[in-house]
Amino acid sequence: MKHIADWTVSENSQLSADFCLLKVCLNDELPEIRPGQFVQILVPNAPHTFLRRPISVHFVDYDRRELWLLVQIVGDGSRQLSKMQVGESLNIVYPLGNGFTLPNPSQGEKGAFLLIGGGAGTAPLLYLGKQLRDLGHQPTFLLGGRTKNQLLQLSEFEKYGEVHTTTEDGSLGEKGFVTNHSIIQMYFNDVQKHKSNMQMHSNGEMQMYLPPLYIYVCGPKPMMMAVAKLAKQNDIPCEVSLENRMACGIGACLCCVEKTTYGNACVCTAGPVFNINQLTWQI
Amino acid sequence: MANLSVNIGKLNFKNPVLTASGTFGYGTEYADFMDLSRIGGIFVKGTTLAPREGNDYPRMAETPSGMLNAVGLQNKGVDYFINYIYPDIKDIDTNVMVNVSGSTVADYVACAEKINALENIPAIELNISCPNVKQGGMAFGTNCQSAAEVVRAVRKAYQKTLIVKLSPNVTDIASIAQAVETEGADAVSLINTLMGMAIDIERRAPLLSTVTGGLSGPCVKPVALRMVYQTHKAVKIPVIGLGGISNWQDAVEFILAGATAIQIGTYNFIDPTISIKVVDGINAYLDKHGFQSVHDLIGAIKE
Repeated sequence: MKHIADWTVSENSQLSADFCLLKVCLNDELPEIRPGQFVQILVPNAPHTFLRRPISVHFVDYDRRELWLLVQIVGDGSRQLSKMQVGESLNIVYPLGNGFTLPNPSQGEKGAFLLIGGGAGTAPLLYLGKQLRDLGHQPTFLLGGRTKNQLLQLSEFEKYGEVHTTTEDGSLGEKGFVTNHSIIQMYFNDVQKHKSNMQMHSNGEMQMYLPPLYIYVCGPKPMMMAVAKLAKQNDIPCEVSLENRMACGIGACLCCVEKTTYGNACVCTAGPVFNINQLTWQI
Repeated sequence: MANLSVNIGKLNFKNPVLTASGTFGYGTEYADFMDLSRIGGIFVKGTTLAPREGNDYPRMAETPSGMLNAVGLQNKGVDYFINYIYPDIKDIDTNVMVNVSGSTVADYVACAEKINALENIPAIELNISCPNVKQGGMAFGTNCQSAAEVVRAVRKAYQKTLIVKLSPNVTDIASIAQAVETEGADAVSLINTLMGMAIDIERRAPLLSTVTGGLSGPCVKPVALRMVYQTHKAVKIPVIGLGGISNWQDAVEFILAGATAIQIGTYNFIDPTISIKVVDGINAYLDKHGFQSVHDLIGAIKE
């Protein structure tokens, strides 16, 4: 069930020049919100922003009836959101989209879930990581950015799993793209031989790297395609979260379509999360 | 409580607030947010004889106080509509009407005939004004002869209320309205989107895959209002006004300019409950000014 309501800003902090962490809370009880879902925010006092802004759910705190949104400041709408003051009101349509597929608890799958994010695309992975952790799994985060200013909330991610980072300029973590990170090499180098990889962990113990059971990706399209290719080559299920430009967010306008194996599909309702096998990407 | 009901052709509407095709899905997309039975009617997504995949992404660009779209009539075709969508929407307690489009006169006729057989679809809106398809669509609606030809053919095949949706991309919209009135249209609805474009200056490329698209939203309202005014003066059949309506005040303006009913389009994306607010707003306005009926407002500007 989708809802529309006025939320109250409970916190708004500028995390870097380009990002703010906006927390909003609701008077009523929150509905179930799945990781990977998004909300549509009506931006007040932004005459150049006509449409609502789709923002992915970064985290949900049910006890505090609070939603966390990691907002990248790219235009007038997001800039206005970054200036919202505590106590001000935001009209939000929520929760929207399908969300990531969580493992079936009864299957008892154990093993690594690899969560790969780039830039603003890291946002939905925090809540996903928490949910995986709550289900008894071990999420491993691989987060990439152009510079360290795009790698945010790392201490939050660390609460739920191992965190690895890359930056294109080398200002944090390994230098390069996520697909070049040594953890990827460890996971995938010998997958074909079904050999586990051993690596010395920082605490001195040897850690075993089995190929991941599942890969979730959100970030720039070239990055998602590179990861999807890797997943496909290694026959590992992989879901990507798309952010096609959208208007309504509820499947009415048909603007945000992505080509799928079953025709043009609305990213706002059939997605934003797609299994890579549903897409027609040339990978 | 004033009397909000209006008649168009043989059809009665509980109030003059309708939702525009292509902005309200099949109604069900909005059912979580509002009671669909409170609005006067719903025009469902443009339907064609054969399925259409629509245009390539990107199909949308935000513009000052509006947006451009180039969806290109994506729909699964009339048979899919009849078999899989109609059963879910036929019992919505309001007028559910289908917007019909086509590439040829024969397509329009065949699609209209199939919908004529659906008991709970009391009207169609003939779309001769879509700017985003290569063949047909707006080509029919920008010239009096071709507009008359398609309406004449559909009128023979379709017995219920026939509304014709007009394109604003013409020199004289009133003459097109007169042409379709002559051929037996029960009403005209206007305006469809205005053809426009937008460019990404960093990529030096158009923002839409089709280069041009249809402009809608509050930015088109003054143009739409003027065209409703001119058309109302030129024809005897009811005029349904749309184009940039984003609140009840806009709706009252259209009614004063001559609209018997209005449609809300793009603003459904901004506020999915806007249509209910417009119903309530019109009612309050009538009460406040002592009007018994919305009919007292139609075309009632002082000149």
